[in-house]
Amino acid sequence: MTELLQYIANGFMVGGVYALIALGIVLIYKSTSVFNFAVGHMMMFGAFFCWTFIDAFKLPTWLGLPLCLIGGAALGLLIERLMMRPLIGQPILSSIAMTLVVAYLLGGIAMAIWGVFQRPLPEFLPGGTLSISGVVFSIELVWSFFLALAIFGILALFYQRTRTGLAMRATAEDHQVAQARGISVRNVFGLSWALAGMVAVAGGILLGYQLGVSQYLSLVGLRAFPAVLLGGLESIPGAVVGGILVGILENLVGGLINPWLMDITPYIVVLLVLIIRPDGLFGLKRIERI
Amino acid sequence: MRPCGTFDENYAEDMAIVRTRLQWILLILGLVLLLALPLFISGPIVNLINLIGITVIAVHGLNILTGYTGQINLGQSAFMAVGAYTSGLLSANLGVPFWITLPCAALSTGIVGLIFGLPSLRVKGFYLAMATLAAQFIIPTLIVNIRADITGGVHSLVVPSPKLGGFVLRSSQSMYYIIIPLTILMTFFAKNLARTGVGRAFVAIRDNDLAAEVAGVNVFRYKLLAFFICSVYAGVAGSLWAHWVRAINPDHFTLMHSIWFLGMLIVGGMGSTVGAIFGVVFLRVLEEGTKILGTNMIGLFPTLVGSVQAALTVSVYGLVIILFLIFEPRGLAHRWEMFKASYRLRPFAY
Repeated sequence: MTELLQYIANGFMVGGVYALIALGIVLIYKSTSVFNFAVGHMMMFGAFFCWTFIDAFKLPTWLGLPLCLIGGAALGLLIERLMMRPLIGQPILSSIAMTLVVAYLLGGIAMAIWGVFQRPLPEFLPGGTLSISGVVFSIELVWSFFLALAIFGILALFYQRTRTGLAMRATAEDHQVAQARGISVRNVFGLSWALAGMVAVAGGILLGYQLGVSQYLSLVGLRAFPAVLLGGLESIPGAVVGGILVGILENLVGGLINPWLMDITPYIVVLLVLIIRPDGLFGLKRIERI
Repeated sequence: MRPCGTFDENYAEDMAIVRTRLQWILLILGLVLLLALPLFISGPIVNLINLIGITVIAVHGLNILTGYTGQINLGQSAFMAVGAYTSGLLSANLGVPFWITLPCAALSTGIVGLIFGLPSLRVKGFYLAMATLAAQFIIPTLIVNIRADITGGVHSLVVPSPKLGGFVLRSSQSMYYIIIPLTILMTFFAKNLARTGVGRAFVAIRDNDLAAEVAGVNVFRYKLLAFFICSVYAGVAGSLWAHWVRAINPDHFTLMHSIWFLGMLIVGGMGSTVGAIFGVVFLRVLEEGTKILGTNMIGLFPTLVGSVQAALTVSVYGLVIILFLIFEPRGLAHRWEMFKASYRLRPFAY
């Protein structure tokens, strides 16, 4: 029983980070209808930013972390401006191929700048473990889980309470109508990518903190895609629920059945979701006409 | 585009791929040259051509599924892995001869392709891409873990050289005579498939699947057929790969390879048989070029030893595909058509 609870708790903690990555994907998908396959590599860039600013340049944490977020936003803006904007109006395959290729281009650039070795991130979260009735939590993981939730909360507030958030929701609803109401759809696209870049960097730092910074981080990002599909592509709460569900499922399957199944559980979930309920738990139903 | 003064007098002439005497002469000369080539050139270039041939087969399959039918496939190299391991396991463990393992590999890959094509019943576009992405992760993990004792797990599976009659095909020159004729055959089949009723049904599904269904195309059946053909191509490519490289490893079949296949299709031009060949040749030659450049650059940046070459190849590949997506989404095939049109119309402007 304790064992079972432990797997669920681990899954919850990993799921928090998955949810954060999924959130980065949903942010872009909602307003631009582009699925960002490059999110894993953007995360990896974020973690490398963090290593560069804090470990290599020896900046203090309070200065280094905001710089990472700014770097992430700049990365998102650059990708949007240089690579995604020329593809507006092209078939969906172009945008899918573009984000995939951008992912590997980022990987290549990161490899050229930072090399292939794994680097540890400096410690800025309290360490140690916490035990609640036999279930052990790593304090770092708890911290990163709640940080992920906090970022989610801030974004939800931003979407619901600010004028810019309103403009972004309007754009998600309909590009033309939004434009007719005086919203600059172009700026909203840029802003979505910048926000998603910041979220990806935050996710990357949290993950890199646990796993060390290396090319491997981008693969973890790939495992957040199932979370997005499970939750529904357009839904922000869906990203969170999906992320946590996928985290718990893969830990349960890995722990109770066979460890190697852990790696492919998210993708088996994808296949099942696609066959049984393609729109995900909270996604919008698509109706098509000729 | 017909040159000035040539007219088709019957249906067969109108549909012919090779239409003039000059084209026949060029085709036969080209084929003879291709088959005589290993007698004149050195080993590394023969290897490059073998690699191009195998890749062309895989990309033809992808072209049928993605270019003609419009179903995005991000798992082509995983399907290739199925073919390679079927072929490799049959010949390494059971000693089955090459000419039997090849069709077995094609068939088993086709069946696996059908399984992962099943979601196309309900989803399309991006969602289907996710299903094939799932295939890309599930298949190699299964290969590594499910029976590591026979597949070799993360270690390489050693495949014996193929034997035909009394000959053991060990050198790359002898494999050339297996790979290139098969490539020509598969190209011929791909080119002709696009001109049949099946090919037209594929194109109808790509352009608008609802309209295709209204027009009487059984969309699900044809989508599955496209998945099957695509996987059969991948299976043949994988089987050839196994017998050519002779030590196969799940690392040969990663997501990156699948994406480069897609990139080759984009660079060449989607929905065009000749485009698939252009794209593969262009990117494979470019890859060789960056490898040579990378070897020289190690001298310039000794601190980056080892990673610089991989980084350079990945970045150059990525950059080229991005540039094509932005500036020439119709690919090299479109440029080729424009070139043909311009010389056929000479001396007139249009």
